Amino acid sequence: MLIPLFLLVGFGAAVLFSAAGGNMQPFAASHLMRFGVFLLMAFAMVPFGRPVVQFMAYPVYGLVLILLIAVEAIGAMGGGSQRWLELGFIRIQPSELMKPAIVLALAHFYQSLPAGMINSWRAIVPAGGLLLLPMGLVLLQPDLGTSLAIAFGGVVVMFLAGLPMRWFVAGGAAAAVAVPLAFFFGLKEYQQRRVTTFLDPESDPLGSGYHITQSKIAIGSGGINGKGFNEGSQSHLNYLPEPHTDFVFATMAEEWGLLGGLFVLVVFGMILGWGLRVASASNDRFSRLLAAGMVATIFFYVAINLMMVMGLAPVVGIPLPFMSHGGSSMMTNMICIGTLMMVNRWNRQKRGIVG
Amino acid sequence: MARRKKPAPPVNLSILQNRFARRSFVVGAVGAGVGTLLAARMAYIAIAENEKYETESESNRVNLSLIPPRRGWILDRNGAPLASNRADFRVDIIPERMANPDRTIDQLGSILTLDAAKVQDLKDKVASTRGFQPLEVATGLDFEEFAAISLRVPEMPGVIPQRGFSRFYPTGPTVGHLIGYVGPASAEEYELDRNPLLVTPGYKIGKDGLEKQFEQRLRGVPGARRVEVTASGRIVRDLDTREDIQGEAVKLTIDGPLQDYAARRIGLESGSVVVMDCETGDVLCMASMPSFDPNSFSDGIGRVEYAMLRDDERVPLRNKVLKGLYPPGSTVKPMVSMAFLEQGIDPEETVFCGGGLRVGNRVFGCWNRRGHGAVNMAKGIYQSCDVYFYSMAQRVGMDPIAAMARRCGMGQEFPLPVISQFYGTVPDPAWKLQKYGRDWAAFDTVNATIGQGYMLANPLQLAVMSARIATGQQVMPRLLARPQKPDFRKFDFPTEQKAYIRQAMSDVVNGPGTAGRGRLPFDDIKIAGKTGTAQVVSLSKSDGRTGPWKYRDHGLFIFFAPFDKPKYAGAVVIEHGGGSGAAYPVARDVTTFLFDAQKGLDALKALEEQWGGNARERLDRKYLAYAAAAGEEVPPVPKRESEIFDRVDAEARAEAEAPATEASDAAENRSQNVDSSPVDQQP
Repeated sequence: MLIPLFLLVGFGAAVLFSAAGGNMQPFAASHLMRFGVFLLMAFAMVPFGRPVVQFMAYPVYGLVLILLIAVEAIGAMGGGSQRWLELGFIRIQPSELMKPAIVLALAHFYQSLPAGMINSWRAIVPAGGLLLLPMGLVLLQPDLGTSLAIAFGGVVVMFLAGLPMRWFVAGGAAAAVAVPLAFFFGLKEYQQRRVTTFLDPESDPLGSGYHITQSKIAIGSGGINGKGFNEGSQSHLNYLPEPHTDFVFATMAEEWGLLGGLFVLVVFGMILGWGLRVASASNDRFSRLLAAGMVATIFFYVAINLMMVMGLAPVVGIPLPFMSHGGSSMMTNMICIGTLMMVNRWNRQKRGIVG
Repeated sequence: MARRKKPAPPVNLSILQNRFARRSFVVGAVGAGVGTLLAARMAYIAIAENEKYETESESNRVNLSLIPPRRGWILDRNGAPLASNRADFRVDIIPERMANPDRTIDQLGSILTLDAAKVQDLKDKVASTRGFQPLEVATGLDFEEFAAISLRVPEMPGVIPQRGFSRFYPTGPTVGHLIGYVGPASAEEYELDRNPLLVTPGYKIGKDGLEKQFEQRLRGVPGARRVEVTASGRIVRDLDTREDIQGEAVKLTIDGPLQDYAARRIGLESGSVVVMDCETGDVLCMASMPSFDPNSFSDGIGRVEYAMLRDDERVPLRNKVLKGLYPPGSTVKPMVSMAFLEQGIDPEETVFCGGGLRVGNRVFGCWNRRGHGAVNMAKGIYQSCDVYFYSMAQRVGMDPIAAMARRCGMGQEFPLPVISQFYGTVPDPAWKLQKYGRDWAAFDTVNATIGQGYMLANPLQLAVMSARIATGQQVMPRLLARPQKPDFRKFDFPTEQKAYIRQAMSDVVNGPGTAGRGRLPFDDIKIAGKTGTAQVVSLSKSDGRTGPWKYRDHGLFIFFAPFDKPKYAGAVVIEHGGGSGAAYPVARDVTTFLFDAQKGLDALKALEEQWGGNARERLDRKYLAYAAAAGEEVPPVPKRESEIFDRVDAEARAEAEAPATEASDAAENRSQNVDSSPVDQQP
């Protein structure tokens, strides 16, 4: 499992090397370093036992929630929104931490919920509360993308926990009604523009449609084989915005072409597939939901980022796991990976005991 | 669905595990589906639309800029440039790309220390031009200024400093009318010729004169520079460069120094000088003064200078050689004599001139009220006796005279590469009937034989007439130098008649004629000519020699030299010069310059000292005086530069028609002057 991950991170570093104009600094080196640090952290997570993790679920969730509130409060006092907390030695973005935390909390909730009550209101109301609270806080920041990511992780856990199908159908219908309303009344104007631009990027080729247009140009001009390592003109001549973070895939595709893109997709498929197998292999509800929720979180990142880069989704500012340069998303994704490795260890232990 | 009707079985852990298994499969499948969708989307972008995006990426990356071709030179007959190019540093602006035009222009103004009028001109132009059209801010910058602008380019979008070539006319005002000038293409010109070159900053097209006429030939082929640029427009590196191909040179028949000399010799007067080579028809000089400096037009003329040119009653913007129409006055007399000879009139037959001649119930005066006594044809010419011509013209009638006038080039439009030429009028009975619906009267013939009344010609036509009389051939003027000598059709004109006229015209200058001071300072070369004085208004308004400038008579002179073997022919017209005395000294000096440049120059230098400098110096001084007097209160330049000339054309036409009515009674007036008895005033 770690081999595809290393391949992906290594490939990401190569792309970042190119995005920096053929230099290890400032992106590639720190990318690899962060990966190393967070890999150690992931390994450190592995020895935790299931009871400890279960015990820690709510406190962790609560802590992250408090951090979110703190961010909000500091933003309100300082005048102007912000998304991170300065803790002196490190800068954390609590909304990022909330993504695994919500999965953890919900997995614990459903594992402790008696099976017979899954069809009752007791199954949804507390869980909904757990989910909506952080979503609301993140939306206030405002950060629509992360808020949706939290919702996605949570909803997938609820779905897999076995909540009645009709609730999801109803929820989907409600969302279908709510989305237009939210679009017109809930979103800030710049967010609205991002969405309209996504629907017609050519309408504003030098404004907000610029990102999508240039990204498509980068991917399209790469062709099958790409322009070659360090040969991407779109990224090197600054036509592509954010070539090292959100649009790292476009940077990659320009230089490595369709083959590079398929490679990335296949590797993500392997990692996510492994995660799902870990989830299926576990015997208890908590492990299963936890592992599957982590997979969903990573998947959401990958899917939305790639759709955005290819012009299938609005520009929402979600980085590509393991390839984009950025500490917070690397941390979140490595927490997900660490969790999956942990669950994997539990599975093997159990099998060892049973077998 | 069927399950919903039954009571739901109690949910236990194993059911939930099943649900998990099923649903996780769904999640996995959806995930795989999204992955496939992404792969397909990417394949679509990268393969199906590859070509489109590759082009877009390339057009992002590569910036193609045209290198304006160097314009072809305009050369005189000896290969010396009348219009050339000068390398310089320049700054243009493209209004469309400017974020804040007013502020940027102020900034430019302070860097380049432009005066307030120029800054205002620029702001007006930015407000009125179409966006894509580059505007010139300044040319001929020194390197420090150029560097200062170049440094600030990132903060002044739309400002383009570049190294280029600008058009340069070494002799300035003396070739203004002939060569024309260049300027940035207007929106209308770009509509007609959708050449991207026309909107390239710094590129200029011919706007008038030969520059406009030979635009395509002078233009050349633009070079191109492909550069790699970043999104913010910074140039990363040159990819490749194709050099421009300079436009073809146009070689004229004009003799540059002669042109300059003639223009300067006109001096303070308003007038024109044309000199032709009789053997080839080569136009050696076509000077029209006062003039404008084509260098300032090419640099984008300022409002002060434009106002100065427009307000001048001597219309410096009009090319008087082609667009000035004048009654030819007595200069037609040699031509009329040729008509007489052809009609069989004996040149020795005399007419008594007592100062006037009765025609019908009127008495027409001779210019010399004392009378010339017995006058034969030669004396009629060299003494310019009007009565001789009144009398003989009565005998032959108007038609042979009009026919001869046309053969000599009057009323003719010549096949020259010029923008426009006015060709005047040769009146005859049919023409008058058609134009005015009235019959030809005896006094019309009288008027026409002395080159007054309806008769109008431009100086080029007068020069051609002179050349044709001198050679007896249908000399055609030409402006483009060709090696081969053209073969002109000959008049069937007996040699002794030709010699007679030549001798008579020589006597005008070298004999007992009207232009005694016109003699050349050479023993072996003699000039022949004919003076003319054209009345502009009725004698009741002015005596033609004093009073307001614009009421004074035009002075004319046609000439050829050497008189016995004509090589050069020409015409001089001095507007409102007060008589032919203003014209023939110019012809004398110009001809002198042709045969001995130093002698000619000595004469000119002396005159220029009196006048206060040469043409350019005087123009510069005049500009400064005008600008000082006008201050800031000068109306702006018309938006299209061609309007300047349209206006002048319109006025020119109106003025050209005025003499036909105002001075049609010239001879009649003379009769009043000469004959105090009121015979012809009776109703």
